[in-house]
Amino acid sequence: MTKTAAGEIVQFDNVGLRYGTDREVLSDVSFTLYPGSFYFLTGASGAGKTSLLKLLYLAQRPSRGAIRMFGTDAITLPRERLPMLRRRLGVVFQDFRLVPHLSAYDNVALPLRVAGVTERELAKPVADMLEWVGLADRMHAQPAQLSGGEQQRVAIARAVIGRPEMLVADEPTGNVDPDMAIKLLRLFEAMNRLGTTVVVATHDVHLLKKVPDSLIMRLDKGRLSDPTGALRYPPRPHVARG
Amino acid sequence: MRLFSSQSEGSFAQRWRSLTGQGGSELIPQARLSGPTPWVIAIMVALTVIAAAAGLSFSNTARSASDELAGGVTVQVIEANPELRARQAEAAAQRLRQTPGVTEAHVVAPDEVQRLIEPWLGARVDGDDAIPVPALVDARLRDPVDAEVLGALRRSVREVAPSARVDAQSSWLKPVFGAIDSLQWLSLALVGLLAFAMSAAVLLAVRTALGANRDTIEIVHLLGGTDVQIARIFQRSIGFEAVGGGALGLGLGTVVVLFLGQRFADLGAGLVNSGALGWLDWVLLALVPLAGVALAMITARITVLRTLRRML
Repeated sequence: MTKTAAGEIVQFDNVGLRYGTDREVLSDVSFTLYPGSFYFLTGASGAGKTSLLKLLYLAQRPSRGAIRMFGTDAITLPRERLPMLRRRLGVVFQDFRLVPHLSAYDNVALPLRVAGVTERELAKPVADMLEWVGLADRMHAQPAQLSGGEQQRVAIARAVIGRPEMLVADEPTGNVDPDMAIKLLRLFEAMNRLGTTVVVATHDVHLLKKVPDSLIMRLDKGRLSDPTGALRYPPRPHVARG
Repeated sequence: MRLFSSQSEGSFAQRWRSLTGQGGSELIPQARLSGPTPWVIAIMVALTVIAAAAGLSFSNTARSASDELAGGVTVQVIEANPELRARQAEAAAQRLRQTPGVTEAHVVAPDEVQRLIEPWLGARVDGDDAIPVPALVDARLRDPVDAEVLGALRRSVREVAPSARVDAQSSWLKPVFGAIDSLQWLSLALVGLLAFAMSAAVLLAVRTALGANRDTIEIVHLLGGTDVQIARIFQRSIGFEAVGGGALGLGLGTVVVLFLGQRFADLGAGLVNSGALGWLDWVLLALVPLAGVALAMITARITVLRTLRRML
């Protein structure tokens, strides 16, 4: 069993993942994420970034190994308790995964409604968030009426609206212009400063330089390397900022 | 929890759209869920109303006939000599009136007997060609007639009317009661089968809807939605469809039941008329669509929860 640290938010221990009977897409992945840290997950296309993120946002169970999230064993957790864990996460999916027949407003409001927030309480935050991502005038548009970049901004607004403890984003700036990409990164940084752990998967090396304090996890053919020492134990002093 | 409403919701029309699932803000669009489901429910409810009405009518017939015949005794005096026949019939009636427990006994008038047998033997023929018809004595007892009472009556009546044959009226209709009993069970079985068929139709509709909305359900799951929250969406949608279908089915079934009731009433036959539905029966029939709605919603809930259990 891997040694655990107080305040850890995620701990992977020799995790492996395979789909069906294919070869493992992730092998012997072990790392610990700390509250308030900012991580970039990089790697070539097909390296396993999305698979690793799926394990992080509890869309997939690993084939082997152990995963602890928020102090809970995520492997043996009964599925009826998974929603409570998922509500502590914000996820930006690579393919956005917006509900196609809901408006931008309703898509952004969805996590709050799921969590039981009343219409009166959620109206202003949702409107503010849509304004912040520059979609105040498009709040009634359905995803099909939005451009790729606009859809991505809706997806990001939906991920952060609930002030999650950990934000997981899969190529969040892939479809937006450079100015919006910087703006979104600043949003992630602002959330990070407020204590949210941020994990951003990207293949854009220029993005890594934009967040000076970020730590980098690199995936290569399903195996994790640690170029900035982000994953070692105990973490470097500035890693565990939470 | 509401996963449905939109910020722009507010007007009555928008609220109605949201309720009925016609709005763009429904998490699971109603059109994907419904299809022919409301019509299937309407047909099932209509058939259930008709089957239940038949069962209740049979029950009323059996109860009414049973009450009427339970204390009835008929004495037939089978004697070729008309004078002797009349004398024995009068003596039997007299003896019955004197018997404790007998509340009423009278000789059925020959004209009435003739009227009763006319459908089978034709119009009255007088004179030497007349077919000898038994004299009848109709008696009412305070309590239902059992074998012991019947035996005592036979012995008593035969002392004064040797040609008399004493029968309990209920025994004549025993095969009819048996048939009515079978029809009642058949009605009950039909109601059960229709309920099963409706559940199966709802189950298929929900499974299809679950398949069609799999992506949306997965998103809601990943955002922290629970199985119960998702099941509630389907339950609600099916509930609205079942209310519409149930109301339509009740209307259709009621029209058919009223029409058939009128046709049977026109027969003017006592046994048939005794099967008429009372107000309590109509209340029970009105509960059929409500039971249908409850059944559809429970089926939807169980189906969704069981299917979602296979997803992460």
